[in-house]
Amino acid sequence: MSNRYYSSLTKKYIMALMGLFLFTFLVVHLSINLLLVFDPTRVLFNEAAHFMGTNPFIQIFQWVLFAGFAIHIFYGVVLQIQNWIARGKGYKRKALSEESIFSKYMIYTGIVIFIFLVIHLGNFFVLKMQGRVPEFEHTANAGMEDMGLLVVNLFKNGGYVIFYVILLLIMGFHLDHAFQSAFQSIGWNHRKYTPFIKGLGHFLAIVLTAGFIIIPVIIYYR
Amino acid sequence: MDLKLKIWRQASRDAKGKFVDYEVHNISSDASFLEMMDLLNEDLVEKGEEPVAFDHDCREGICGMCSLFINGRPHGPDSAITTCQLHMRKFKDGETIVIEPWRAKPFPVIKDLIVDRSAFDELIQAGGYISVSTGGVPDANAIPVSREKAELAMDAAACIGCGACVAACKNASAMLFVSAKVSQFALLPQGKIEAKERVQKMVAKMDDLGFGNCTNTYACEAECPKEISVTNIARMNREFFVAKIS
Repeated sequence: MSNRYYSSLTKKYIMALMGLFLFTFLVVHLSINLLLVFDPTRVLFNEAAHFMGTNPFIQIFQWVLFAGFAIHIFYGVVLQIQNWIARGKGYKRKALSEESIFSKYMIYTGIVIFIFLVIHLGNFFVLKMQGRVPEFEHTANAGMEDMGLLVVNLFKNGGYVIFYVILLLIMGFHLDHAFQSAFQSIGWNHRKYTPFIKGLGHFLAIVLTAGFIIIPVIIYYR
Repeated sequence: MDLKLKIWRQASRDAKGKFVDYEVHNISSDASFLEMMDLLNEDLVEKGEEPVAFDHDCREGICGMCSLFINGRPHGPDSAITTCQLHMRKFKDGETIVIEPWRAKPFPVIKDLIVDRSAFDELIQAGGYISVSTGGVPDANAIPVSREKAELAMDAAACIGCGACVAACKNASAMLFVSAKVSQFALLPQGKIEAKERVQKMVAKMDDLGFGNCTNTYACEAECPKEISVTNIARMNREFFVAKIS
């Protein structure tokens, strides 16, 4: 945890770069998931899932992704503990300084996302790893798993839909601060471009959150 | 104006402090905040009580000596001013004002509302200088500096080192202070020579002293009496990266 290995700024660089990397993962993840909305026969989604589950490059890259999550979470926790220690005795009167709202709760939204991630992996990834996904019947490609059915079955349960919507909203709050913050951490703050980066951050947070949320909602009502 | 005050009292560095309630009466709304504190202290002295210790010096917003976390904000409920420039008209008659010292591990309380800010001196000693003999005043324009760079350097150099950034930051981070110092030198040709060394030494010192990490909440910028911009933090991050990889 000490700063002997990495300075505070190096840790922030790592946080920012891993965070931006996780953004690209979310974009890919959402693009594939949306196939379920546009194609109720699940053929496109299952083919995409099959590709992701069998392509050797993606199989290796999957571990890079896990490492990305692990590093981002590890340094997030380390930095936060250092930050709590740095304040020492707190203020009696709640701090009223003007600041970006979601930036104050990154550790808490982060913890919620982590819990969500564990449950989410349990809902899909673990079942797949255990080979408990039924075979897809509507395709010529024999042996393809019906990952789409897993999703549809889960989201026929209203409780899960509400759970996913709430957790995804919290993820959206995390993302809203994250994007522009990552650019600031890697030293990109420019009179001309920063307003665009900030706008893009809000846009991405809204689009990713809304995109992920409509999937369980549409499946539930379909 | 009549006001109720809730003030942090702590006899010494190691003593256990507590909040003590006071009342002040007939305060002019045109009085400065520190004048109100002076009146309170005169009262306390007359009653034979220990006056409240607080930092102050120039009382015109230049020296960076005054501090005070007033009603949840460093330098109180106004922007771009120091506590000595705060006026009582910013408060309502009968209001309760909570006055606390800066809270940060590297800024220990010495007495009452006075904290030890020598951590900032140590940061300057770590690299916030140019190690050349300055000699006489050089001719104007002997070293060309673009107007834009000169303005940015001057904006960064406006920092008075009061510590409001650390006090406001939820992480007690000194990034705005350090980045202002790094920037004011890095932007000018005289400071560029030692820029790489400087940023690394100052960041290492900042970490050693136990300041928190920046989470880009920008509370520092909102509370800085000299309106130092967080673009300086981004500049320091760039300077640090370049120094590390080269």
